[in-house]
Amino acid sequence: MQITVSAGKGGTGKTTVAVNLALALSESHSVEFLDCDVEEPDAGIFLKPENENSEPVTIEIPEISEDVCTYCGDCSEACEFNAIATFSENVLVYPELCHGCGLCSRVCTADAISERSKIIGEVRRGSTGSIDFYEGDLTIGEPMATPIIRDMKKKVTEENISILDSPPGTACPVIESLHGSDFALLVTEPTPFGLHDLRLSVKVAREMNIPVGVVINRYGIGDKSVEDYCEDEGVPVLMKIPNDRKIAELYSNGVPFVNKFDNWKGRFNQLFEEITRIVNPRAKSVEV
Amino acid sequence: MNLAISATGDDLESKLDRRFGRCSYFIILDPDTMEFETIQNASRGASSGAGVKAAQILADSEVDNLITGNVGPNAYNALTAAGIEIFTGASGTVKEAIAKYKEGELSRTNEPTTAGGTGKSR
Ligand code: SF4
Ligand code: SF4
Repeated sequence: MQITVSAGKGGTGKTTVAVNLALALSESHSVEFLDCDVEEPDAGIFLKPENENSEPVTIEIPEISEDVCTYCGDCSEACEFNAIATFSENVLVYPELCHGCGLCSRVCTADAISERSKIIGEVRRGSTGSIDFYEGDLTIGEPMATPIIRDMKKKVTEENISILDSPPGTACPVIESLHGSDFALLVTEPTPFGLHDLRLSVKVAREMNIPVGVVINRYGIGDKSVEDYCEDEGVPVLMKIPNDRKIAELYSNGVPFVNKFDNWKGRFNQLFEEITRIVNPRAKSVEV
Repeated sequence: MNLAISATGDDLESKLDRRFGRCSYFIILDPDTMEFETIQNASRGASSGAGVKAAQILADSEVDNLITGNVGPNAYNALTAAGIEIFTGASGTVKEAIAKYKEGELSRTNEPTTAGGTGKSR
């Protein structure tokens, strides 16, 4: 079972929900946690993984032999990302713009392009109690999160529960995180801004045919607009986390609140049961 | 001699566009005859590498000198590789910028003027 926790924007409590859900479930299930927010991986602050080891993630970028290059410009024209410019007597490659798609070397009829591997980040693996913890980290200045998320997701196993902490928003890295997920758990705040972003996230998940559910964080601030929207759209609100000073304090100290409040452990387990029912409506009992 | 100016509109009365890679138009003119042509900047909406692509467009149009507001590192190094000289410090309309250029009042830039990277896609 693969559950991706996402949010329309950063700072809504997405990581908090993902971390608490993983911890609550880990007492009775095998859980993998994947921090896919590779530009700002921060789940580790709460989960404090141990015994980490890392593997580099690479892409293939072009290298041009100027001896054979005819400066025809076909490569520059083909490159969707403007990572190559061809002038009358030189070709410039911009590795930090290159997405490693390989198109330039395919269109070069002079055979002037070879490829070399370039490290764009890493995937680290560790453990937190019984949780297998993975986090992706994009090298600063690198433009592309997607290959790192893709590499990391190769570690996902069918039999376990995988909790993915997606990047915020609706861009490519979010799509990559959602890809293949059984459920999208969307975290939002009960404000008009929260609603605006939530609508976009719901739309994306639905386009990908992934069932959605909502967690409202800081419940009590703002207005009813998110709840009204969810009701109209038939999007289940699966949990409301109150705007509570104690929860906020634990958060700022890097402590997941299920570790302090046992009743929340139960609520996250219920949340998971509801997700299971939505994903698998015919199953009588919860089996993972 | 071809001079290019990044502009917000398509004639000499339009304003200089301070953005290079994402400007609206390039006005390419012969400063001696003041004859010009206008091209829409095809790199304007590029998801990445707008400055590199804009430099490619100017090089393909055989531009020698450029008047613009700001160039980032990628654009600077592409323009330099293409042998295009960059003049900054102008403001107002395209016409005024050309007048200043002719009087030698614009400074030639030997380094990027911004950190760039406004057009990154992830
Ligand atoms: S396509 Fe090949 S030959 Fe043509 S400019 Fe690019 S590298 Fe050179
Ligand atoms: S590999 Fe793809 S992105 Fe990279 S330079 Fe070649 S065409 Fe552009």
